[in-house]
Formats: sequence, C-alpha cells, structure tokens
Amino acid sequence: MSVHPLQIQDALNRRVFLRSTPAVTAAALASLGFAKQGFSKPTDRSASNNPIGLPGLPHIAPKAKRIIYLFQSGAPSQMDLFDPKPQMVAEQGKDLPESIRQGQRLTTMTSGQKNFPIASSIFKFAEHGESRMWFSELMPHMSKLADKWCMIRSMHTEAINHDPAITFCQTGSQLAGRPSIGSWVSYGLGSENEDLPAYVVLTSFGSGRKDDQPLYDRLWGAGFLSSKHQGVKFRNTGDAVLYLSNPPGVSTQARRSTLDRLSALNGQHHTQIGDPEIQSRIAQYEMAFRMQSSVPELLDTSKEPQHVLDAYGPDVKRPGSYAANCLLARRLAERDVRFIQLFHMGWDHHGGLPAAIRGQCQDTDQATAALINDLSERGMLDDTLIVWGGEFGRTIYSQGSITQDNYGRDHHPRCFTMLLAGAGIKGGLTFGTTDDYCYNIVADPVHVHDLNATIMHLLGVDHERLTYRYQGRDFRLTDIHGEIVKPILS
Amino acid sequence: MSQVSLQLRFVIGLCLLFASTNTLCAETGGINFSRDIRPILSDKCFQCHGPDEAKQESGLRLDDRKVALEPAESGERAIVPNHPDASEVIKRIAATDADSVMPPPDSQKTLTAEEIELLRKWIAEGAIYEGHWAFAAPERSQVPALPNLNSPTLKTPTAEIDANAWNNNPIDRFILSRLNQSELKPNSEATKETLIRRVALDLTGLPPTPTEIDANLQDNSADAYERMVDRYFASTHYGERMALNWLDYARYADSNGFQSDGSRDIWGWRDWVINAYNANIPFDQFTVEQLAGDMLPNATPEQIIATGFNRNHRLNGEGGRIVEEWFVETVIDRVETTGLTWLGLTFNCCRCHDHKYDPISQKEFYQMFAFFNSVDEQGVLAPAGKNGENTPPLFSMRTAVHADGIAQRERQMADLEGQVQKAKGNLSQLASAWAEERRTPQVDYASDWQQIVPSEVKSTGGAALTQQSDGSYLASEKNPANDSYEVTLPKLGNSLTGVLLEVMPDASLPNQSLGRGFNGNFVMTDFTVELVGGSLKKPREIKLARVEADFTQTGWPASEVISNSPKSKPPLKGWAVEGNNPERRLDRKIMFVMERAVKIPKGASVVIRFGNRSEYADHNIGRFRLSITSIAPEKISLGSSGMPADVLSAISKNPAEWNDAERKAVESYFLASVPNPIREYEAKLQAAKNELAEYQENVPTTMVMKEAKLRDAFVLVRGEYDKPAAKVARGVPAVLPPLPADAPADRLALAKWIVARNNPLTARVWVNREWERFFGMGLVKTTENLGSQAEYPVNAALLDWLAVEFMEPTTLPTVNGVAAKAWDMKALQKLIMTSAAYRQSSQVTPEKIEQDPDNRLVSRGPRFRLPGEIVRDTALAVSGKLIDKIGGPSVRPYMPAGVWDETSKYGNLRNYQHDKNEGLYRRSIYTIWKRTAAPPTMLLFDAPNREVCTVKRSRTNTPLQALSLLNEVTFVEAARNLASRMLRDGGSTVEQRLAYGFRLALARTPNDSEMQVLLSGLDADMQRFADSPEDAVRLLEFGESKLRADLSPAELAAFTLAANVIFNLDEFVTRE
Repeated sequence: MSVHPLQIQDALNRRVFLRSTPAVTAAALASLGFAKQGFSKPTDRSASNNPIGLPGLPHIAPKAKRIIYLFQSGAPSQMDLFDPKPQMVAEQGKDLPESIRQGQRLTTMTSGQKNFPIASSIFKFAEHGESRMWFSELMPHMSKLADKWCMIRSMHTEAINHDPAITFCQTGSQLAGRPSIGSWVSYGLGSENEDLPAYVVLTSFGSGRKDDQPLYDRLWGAGFLSSKHQGVKFRNTGDAVLYLSNPPGVSTQARRSTLDRLSALNGQHHTQIGDPEIQSRIAQYEMAFRMQSSVPELLDTSKEPQHVLDAYGPDVKRPGSYAANCLLARRLAERDVRFIQLFHMGWDHHGGLPAAIRGQCQDTDQATAALINDLSERGMLDDTLIVWGGEFGRTIYSQGSITQDNYGRDHHPRCFTMLLAGAGIKGGLTFGTTDDYCYNIVADPVHVHDLNATIMHLLGVDHERLTYRYQGRDFRLTDIHGEIVKPILS
Repeated sequence: MSQVSLQLRFVIGLCLLFASTNTLCAETGGINFSRDIRPILSDKCFQCHGPDEAKQESGLRLDDRKVALEPAESGERAIVPNHPDASEVIKRIAATDADSVMPPPDSQKTLTAEEIELLRKWIAEGAIYEGHWAFAAPERSQVPALPNLNSPTLKTPTAEIDANAWNNNPIDRFILSRLNQSELKPNSEATKETLIRRVALDLTGLPPTPTEIDANLQDNSADAYERMVDRYFASTHYGERMALNWLDYARYADSNGFQSDGSRDIWGWRDWVINAYNANIPFDQFTVEQLAGDMLPNATPEQIIATGFNRNHRLNGEGGRIVEEWFVETVIDRVETTGLTWLGLTFNCCRCHDHKYDPISQKEFYQMFAFFNSVDEQGVLAPAGKNGENTPPLFSMRTAVHADGIAQRERQMADLEGQVQKAKGNLSQLASAWAEERRTPQVDYASDWQQIVPSEVKSTGGAALTQQSDGSYLASEKNPANDSYEVTLPKLGNSLTGVLLEVMPDASLPNQSLGRGFNGNFVMTDFTVELVGGSLKKPREIKLARVEADFTQTGWPASEVISNSPKSKPPLKGWAVEGNNPERRLDRKIMFVMERAVKIPKGASVVIRFGNRSEYADHNIGRFRLSITSIAPEKISLGSSGMPADVLSAISKNPAEWNDAERKAVESYFLASVPNPIREYEAKLQAAKNELAEYQENVPTTMVMKEAKLRDAFVLVRGEYDKPAAKVARGVPAVLPPLPADAPADRLALAKWIVARNNPLTARVWVNREWERFFGMGLVKTTENLGSQAEYPVNAALLDWLAVEFMEPTTLPTVNGVAAKAWDMKALQKLIMTSAAYRQSSQVTPEKIEQDPDNRLVSRGPRFRLPGEIVRDTALAVSGKLIDKIGGPSVRPYMPAGVWDETSKYGNLRNYQHDKNEGLYRRSIYTIWKRTAAPPTMLLFDAPNREVCTVKRSRTNTPLQALSLLNEVTFVEAARNLASRMLRDGGSTVEQRLAYGFRLALARTPNDSEMQVLLSGLDADMQRFADSPEDAVRLLEFGESKLRADLSPAELAAFTLAANVIFNLDEFVTRE
C-alpha cells in the first residue's frame, strides 16, 4: 500500500472543507441548534440553519444570555407556599362563598362535591429579607433569597387539567402540535455551544407524590419547526444522551478509525455527487464524536468542590434527582446552553397535601437556592434568567374532607404564583394581588402568554416578531396575545 | 419613470416575491393575479381587510373586488381601476408617515418597493381579480410541445438531451418547457444500479436484492425499466411503504395520548391501509371508505374497519377532565385532520373567528364540525376508563385463528365437565372418608367459635353490606379503591379472647370468588378490635397477639395484618388468598387472638374494623362472617371453626351409623367447605369457562366510526365549548362547490363531495403530495396548505394537468397489465416514475445549487435522506434479519432502557420489555407507538409524535442521528449479521466479501479507492480485535440474535465494524 489510509482521508477532508462555502459548513454545523463560533452569518436563504440564530435576532439587546426554567409539574399550592391568607383561619371548614366562585368551572374531581369547605394552610408564613417577602416555613432556603426573587402572585391560565395546562405553558396552546418555548428560542437564537444542543431538558420524579404528574415528549417538542430544534432530554437511565456510548468492545480508537473511513468514503462520494448535504453529514459525525467526550465531561461532577456539593444538599449525589439536575443545570449554563429546563414532578396534591408538599419542598427548596447562589458566586446570575413554577394553582377549598392536619386541593387556573430571578428581573418585588380566598386576582394579572412574552423579551426576542409560517399562517409562541410584564423588569 | 425601468423593476419584483433565485422567477409574462398580487394582499392586507367580517377595518375588504372599488367609510376609493394614483391603496402603502402608512407599523408587516410597484402596475392594468387559483376546479392544461432541441434561441442547450427519452411522457414536456425558461439543463439518466435502488426504496422501502439487481442489469430490452418498476408495484411491501406517510396523516398510534397514555388497539385499521394500497383501490374509494365506510349500503367489515381513520385521534382520560370540553376538541380534531389530509386547508383559524386569509367563515367551520359530531361516543376515553381499553364504537377482528382458539377451549371445557360428573358420583364415599379421618382425635368442638349477629355493619367507603341467610354479609354496589368495614358487636356479657373472620366466595363477586378486586382477589391490610363507649372515656384498642389463617397467598401472610397499625402509611402489605385462582375459591378463615382475656367494661361495645389499604385498588373483601370466642387464648385454634352443629354431631359418629339427615348434612358441608376433588374439577371447569370468556373478549377489536342520533351543532363563541351561539346545519364552505343535492347531508355525502370531480382541491392536493414523495418538494411547496396563503405552483400547468389526468385518465400507464382507473394511485406513481425527469441522475453542480437549491425545476434527479423507519428497515433487510410478514398487532423491538418510564408512572404502557424473537426484526411501521414517549430513534429521524395530523416531516441531519446509526443495538446487531453474510456468502477473498456487503447495502460495487479505504480499515480492526479478543466477544454478543460459532470472533468483529461503516455512509441513508 503506497499511501496510508489516514493520509487519504485527511487529504479528502481538507479538500471537502476547503471547497465548501462558509455558509454550507455553518449550516452543517448548525443542525440541532449546534453552533460553530466564528463562522460568518450566512445569507438569508440558509437563515433557518444559522447557528447563531435568525437574521435580525436578537431583536433587542438581551438581558439574559440563557434561561434555567425550573418547572414544577403538577401545580404547587400557592396558598401553602407563597400567598398567605391568614384570614382563612376564621373561615376554616366553611363553604366557599358563591360570590367568590362566581360559577367558575371546576374539574370533575370536585364539581360533584356537595360543598367546598375552606382549608386554611396549616403552614406558618413569615416575611423575609429587606423586601419583607412572604414565604411559608416550607421554603427555608429559597426564602433567604427573598431579595433576589420577584414573586408573581397573579399568574393565571386557561386550562384546568394537567395535560392541556402544561402544554399551554410550554407551547402557548392547550392542544398538541405547537413548538415548545425552548424550540422557539433555539429556532430564533440558535446555540452558542459547539458541542451541546441549544435546548436541554432534565427531569426528576418528586418524593411528595411519586406517581405524578407524567411528562410528555411534546413539552419539549419542536411542533412544526424543524425537528432539530426539539429539546434534547438528558435521560436518567442509560446514556444521558441517546446512544452516546460506543457499543461494547468498541474502543475510542476503533471508533475514530470508523469515522475516518466514513469521512473518506463520504468525501469521495461528495466529489462525485456534489451534494453539500454530504459535507453536512461528515460534519455531523465529527460533532457526534466530540459529544462522546464533551457530554461525559459535562456530567462528571466528581471534581466539584465539596462545599458546592454540600450546598445542593444530600440528593445531589443521586443521579436524576432535582438537586443533581440543578447542579447539572449550572454546568450546562457554564457551557452556554441557552435554554435549560428542569421538570420536577409530584406537585399534584388532591389529598394528603401537607405531607406531600413537605416532600416536594424537601426535594426542591435547598437545591433551587443553591443553584441561585452558585450562579451568583460565579457572576452568572446577572445574565441567567431563573423561572420557578408550575402549570396552575390549587383551590382554597379542600378536595375531600378536612382534618386537623390533612386536606387536599383541586386544580385552580384562576390564580397561582411563580417566581423569577436573575437577568433583568427586579428582585424583592411581590407582584400582583389575589383576593382573600386566593381564588381570583384583584390586581395586576399576568397570563401565561404574558410570562412567555416577558421571558422572550429578556432573551432579546420580540415575541410578536418571532414567527413561523405553517399551514398558511404565521404562528408564534404567544398566539395573538402576550404583553411584556414591564413592572417586574429591573 | 421610464417604461424600461418600470419593466426592469417589475422583473426584480417578481424575483424577490418568490424569495428565490432568478431561475425560479423566469416564468414571466403579464401580471398574473393569483401568482403575483393575491399573495401580497393576502399576506399583508387581509388580516384587517379580508374575509373575517369582524375585522374588516373601515368597512374595507380587499379580497372582494366589488367592495374594494366602492367608496370606503371614509369616502375614499381604495382601488380605482386603471388609475393607481387615484387609488387610496397606493397612496397609503406608499405613505411615509406612521399615521397613514399601510400596513400600520404595529402590524409588523411592511411592503417592499417592488411589491408596491407590482400593485401599482396591477391597478394600472385594470385591477383584474381572479379567485384563488386552487379554489377553481382544475382544467386539463395543454401539454407543451417538445421544444426544438437544436434551436439556437433556447436558453437551455438541450442538444445533449435525448429527444426520444424526453418526448414520451407528458410530464417531461412540462418539465422541459419550464426548464427552458431557465439556464439549467437536465441531467442524464442515472445508472441502472442507482435507478433500481431508487425505485425499490420509493415503492417498497426496502433495498433491491443482488438477484433483482442482476436480473435488471442483464435485461437489455426496451421495457426493462418499466418491468422493473412493475415488479416493485406488485410487492406486498408496497403497501407498507405507502402506509407510512398515511399513518402520519391519520395520527396513528397504539396509545390514547394525554396524561396516562394507555394502550388501544387500532392496528386493524393499519392493516386495512396496507392492504388497500396493495390492492390499489382508487383514491376516491380509499377516501370514501375511510371517512364514511360505515354508512355505505351493506358495508363490508373492511369498509367499517377503514373508518378507523378518524378514530385515531387522542382520547383524554385525565381525572377531572370535563367531558363536553374534550368532546368538542375531538370533533375539531376530525375536522382539522380531514381538512388537512384531503383538502390542504387549515380550518382551525375559523374555530374562533372567520378565516383571515381564506374565504371560510366561523359558521362554515361549525357546519363542517356538524358532520363529525354525531359519532356514537363522547370524545373521551371510554367511561370504563381502565388503561388499555378500547373506546367504542368497536369492530371485532375475529379471524380463523381465533375461531380455532375458541373451539379448542370449548373441547377442554367438555372434558372437565365429564370429570366433574364423575367425581360427583363419588360424593358419598369421599364425604364418609373425610368424616372418618376427622373423627379422631376428638376435639372439644363445642367450646370453639360462636357466630355473632352484629348490631351494626357498615362500609366506610360506601359499599352496601347485606346480611345473608347464613349470617354472612355480602358487599355490593360502590366499590372504592380502599374500603374498610366496621362491625359493631352486640353487647357481650363475658370476656373476649379471639375473633374469627371467615371470608367466603359468592356468585355475585368477580370471578365468583371471595374478593371485590377485578379478578376476585382481596387484600386485607388492617384488622383492629376496639372497645367503645360505656364506662370508657375514649375508645380502647385491644392488642392482638396472634394471627393464624387457614391459607395464605405467597408473599401475603396473615402476619402482615397485625404488624400494620392505623398509623401505618399506605400502601400496605396484607393477607390475601389467591382469590384470583379458581382452584382456590374456598371459604377462608383468619383468626385473631388476644394476649389475654379482655374483660368488656360495662355498657361498652366491641367494634371491629378491617379493610384494604394496599396498592391494589378495589381489592376489598366480598363476603364475610364473624365469630368470637372466650376460651383460653392458648387453646384457640382454627380447628372446626364455623362448622354447623349438625355436622359436628354427625362426624362424631361412625359414617355407617348416619341417618339420611346426617349424611345429607355432612355431604353438603363437605361439598361446600372442604377441599375435595369435586370442587377441584369444578374450579378447573370454571377457570376454563373464564378463560374462554376472556379469550372471546380478547379477540382483538379495532376502533371505528358509527353514527348515533343526530347531535345539534352550534357556533361556539371564541371556539369555547361552553359558549354555544347559533345552531348550524351541516354544510360545506360556500367558496367550494355545493354538496350533492340528491343525498342527505351526512358524513357519506361529505366524503363523496371531497372526491367529486368538481372539487378543486382534492386531486391537486394528492398529486402535489405524490410529487413531493418522488422529488422531495411539491409543485406547491406547502403540501400541507393550498389555501390563499399557499405559494403559487412552480409549474401550475403541470399540477393541473396531473390533477385532471388523475381523475380522468387518458395517458396513465397500465400497471402489471392492469389498465388505469380514475383516481388510480399506482398508475399515477408509475407515470411519474417512468418520466425522464424522475430517471435523471441526482448529481449536483454548484450552478444548480446556486440557481435552484431545492430542485424545484427538476433539472436533476431527486436525492434525499430516507425516513428513519426506512433506514432501519433497510439495515434489517441487508443484514438478512428482516421478518417478511405483513400486518398484525404492533411489536416491541429494542428501545433504550426506561423508554416509557423516564417521565411517567401512569398507564399500562410502562416497563417496556423488548420482544425476544421476530418482534425485534419486523418492519418499523409495526413498532408500538406510545404518543407521549414515541420511539426515540424515529423522533431523532424527524418522525412526528402522532398526536396530531402531520402531512409533512422535516428532514434534518444531526449528530444524534449519527450516534444512533453508529451505536444503537439495532444497527450494531444488523452490522454483525451483515458481517456474517459477507463471510458466509461473500466469496473467498476479503475484497470479495467486502464488495458483497457493500453491494447488498448500496446496490453497487465499490470502486478501487473505496475498496482501499474499506480494506485498510478492516486490516486495522482485525489487528485490534486479535490483540484484544475479549473486545471482539463483547461486540459480538450485543443484541439477541445467535452468534455463529464457526466464525473467528476477531474476523467477525472486524467485518462487523466494516458493516457498521457501510450502514453509516451518506449513500446508505440516502435515496440517490
């Protein structure tokens, strides 16, 4: 053999890459929202493949380079955590007045109840920080950060059951089929990281209610956007990224040799056929190879200092826990993954709420606070947006009977609380007011579309201008709604 | 502005309008309203001045010439034909101040200078309107003449084109005529090897075999190509390949979607689709049967099964869902899916308001809704509600296999019946023997248990407890997940040392057994005895020291019951007795003994509570009886508990001395309460009966449509289910032709209307999608939408010609000798596939990419990545492992660990276990599809998740796809099996073997330099595996298929990696 195969392959690769236009190569690298920094902006035609987003984006100077969205799936009870209603103690066990309920619809889980007995929260509330923000005793760690949080008590939504409600939060529609918020961001802004996707999803089961609430692929799906914008869910079983590991018995060297052959053969084929897609495929394989080392490096927390691990709490050592995911979220943020979304299940407390919510808070309180402190210490909280909350709230009245230390609460879309912190957010602000029964909003309502518009705004996106034409219509995350919630912006 | 510069600007305008290159807008000429003007008006103006009546600002609508020409509310005339400068439209769009410019700045829409110029020119030419092109029935276009290939005036130097090849098929003349307006020339024909692979993949989704390739290569006859195409049309795999897209349209899945996403059976419909394609039923019939087959006169089973199309939608079973809400969503889903699939129209805008772009009103939307709202169902998961249950209306899929299964079970029952009768004949003998045995040693029976008559019995969960003649209580009616029974004993005079609970079977209970669980079992987790009232200030629980039962189910011992306390947190373990097993369906006893005799305080009552707090919902006790005793605790035994006095007295005697009454008492007690052969056979017989019933119940069903009573339909304000407004009758949008007048306006009429000759959309939609199938992009790019926002067709004459030819064939070819019918799907495909356009090589030049990146003009053969399903199927076929079986229930191939459990602990689709044998190697179309966690590899390769109708997949190229092809067990195992084939059948040299594998996968032989790369890689791998043989073994053990023992592991492993390389080539995953 006169020429070493690797030399052939090198020569081919060089030829392929030298002849390729920057736009084509960038497009190749841009799939799955992967970016290659340093490439020039491609022309309009290949705009949708632009690694650094669509032309003209960001629309405005972004406050947040990235977002960590801590989704609390199942709907945490706002009146047991954030929105104290001490006046309800006197109403304990009494029927919810019709003047409050106003005939609003109920789920069929409680619509058949003969009465709607008020269950005041059994948890103690106190004011925290200079801002005197109220938190219940269940949140000893998050409450210490009162002055960093903006607490929106006047969130409201449209759906009354989990599946449509969580789909609504994620996609702006109760029905399946629309792109998720992270996919929109990937589509609009692209990725800043060469080896990791723009949109990463992490999930954890809660200890408060072990079987609740299921999650669905669609929550991070790309809908009608190109599927390369779908969120990449890091898995808790097996390879974190699907099929990341070589098959048994195949060493890194053997894999490198496979890839060299592939590159050489694909390169030869490209010379004959001329289709730039082939170059793109060569690039994808190289990126896959890089991911095989970058992802394990990302997941390896063994070099984290002990005090950092301790801050996140003992669960941090259990892979797939909320705490472990919070730490991972910080590591993803450090690597400039743009949209990081955690889903923590288990907040659906129709019965046995006190015990279940204690479990949930134990899962999330310390780790959430640790994440914020950790980002803060690294100077990253200034350009990272944190969102904490679920798909709707819960009713002041008990589902089923009340005992001294036990009650349950049904779904309540009319008001609930979410927390924001970090980039562009006014810390220490409690925004929005609910009535005495925590049933209706009396001031400053914030719709889910408003929240999504605000999140997009902080990321530098005008939610009205990031559209995608499908079935003859320009779709956007916020449908035809959404107002930026200006008072909460710093 | 001079005429010349206006002309120039006009041409530039057109170019920009198509957001494309100068090649595509070379089709010039005068202003074409549909192509040039309507898209501007639709996109930029109709939102406020369009068909939506609620939003017609200033009373102006620009979609209607009459209104547009009239003075608006302001008195200005928007459009004055021939006088652009007098037209308010032109003034406003050209204005520069924010107050008067149109579109207004807050609309985020702007007009380009070129667009303004186009509108100006259009008004100058008289502002001629046309309806939207796709709303007028297509007329047969004139087939262009073959251009003079040697004419020096042609842009395309067509001299190299084979005039014969491009003159045979009308499609080619349309293509050539369009290409002649550009600077591109067509490619020459692809090689035979490329073509056979292209055709095989397009028609069957499987690669051609070497035998098929050789036969084709050797066939030099003029019609060799056509016959090759015909052979693939005749393959039964054709239906599988075609069905793949159709399943996306129909949102087919094996689960119900939504929260718990349990299973459903509707694969019978999938089989129907595959068979329908294979039988080549015409598209009009294909349509009518799927939309309304149930309403055809004397509908056949197949026609009913076909209607599963519109039962494939999701069904919400979430606790708390409001049925009316989801009923509406389900019906809307049907309207949406039907509109998108057949008409290429998006109706959902009109759910809340009149359409912004298309002339469809909100009222018309609900008129369409009315066709689909009278199906005999609620739009939610069946009220029976168990996961994994099909929601009626259903149709039984009973087949010969099932008939055999039923007959076999009936024979088994007859055998057992005989055994029972035989044993019954021996009753007297058996009872005597038992009594004899029981007689010694004598026990003090009289001192044992005393049955009590409670003063109160209640169920905390609301079950009805009815006293039976034998003193037992039978539970009925409400059966909550976790019930508990509370029995208050009558005032007892003396002390108490033990309590006996008897649980008994009853015919009214599930499985005629003891418990209320669906299978007849129960779990008792708690049993407490409490003293209440009288002189006691508060209730006092009596400690239970000992528990004993006459039978326990493995893992569910009686001891669990006393180790639980009221404070224990559920779910708890407890006592169970295999009530689900018919052979164990016997009276059961459990006794609880106190530490010492409990003296009952004056006036106090004894309250006994027992129940189920296990994770097994509904597993409550069905029938029970309580007895007590006060003998010394250490003497208490289950003994002869509960035995009636007359039996006790009889068995103390020698059976020979029994009188008739005694014999009868013993025999009936023996029969009812003692394990005996008669009962054993009866239990077996009952089990067989149950099995038969279950088998019959499990004869698969498939979900179908069935009309119920006509339900009223209403316009829903803002689309909200609880805000009905005006009642509407069934009807179709007025912009389209009317329903046939001679039939009732029902679903069947709608189906027939969709495929009526005068429906302007259906045929265009279909031929456009077929174009997309073969050329990667439709003649109208937006194959999902042909409404007024759709792109003007890149070759409108060809689109209309094909649509008409599809409905009224004149030149559609025969397929396998069968003459083309109207709406003939195979013939249409064959016409396309036999065109020179289709047969071109897919070679790309920089010029072609520059001028026509998406190959809209078809100056080259199509080249694009295969769908994920086909990539997998091709790898399986090449490996020799593919199971060649059509149809049937879904199968479970390899999946990543935890595929269904990562994000959900709900529903019956959990804990995925892959099949062990053929299920691993069936075609991907049969892979079980759970909507909320769809097969991950397919999602990586752009499959939709099948929650809603999808008519077009994106086509991406990502590193995650690379990881899957490199590392997923499916592909690695397939590589190993391909390696085996190479070593076994490939020849004797390494080169021959590699070439053999390469050809199996790619239908061609590698060239020298390709062989060089493969060879040197193989050498290196051989060395690697020779150095670490354990690596070879580990690689070869990946996957379930058996390893061939006669091959050297190092060699096989090295060839496996060579095959792995081949499976990852761009050419392998691409249809060239």
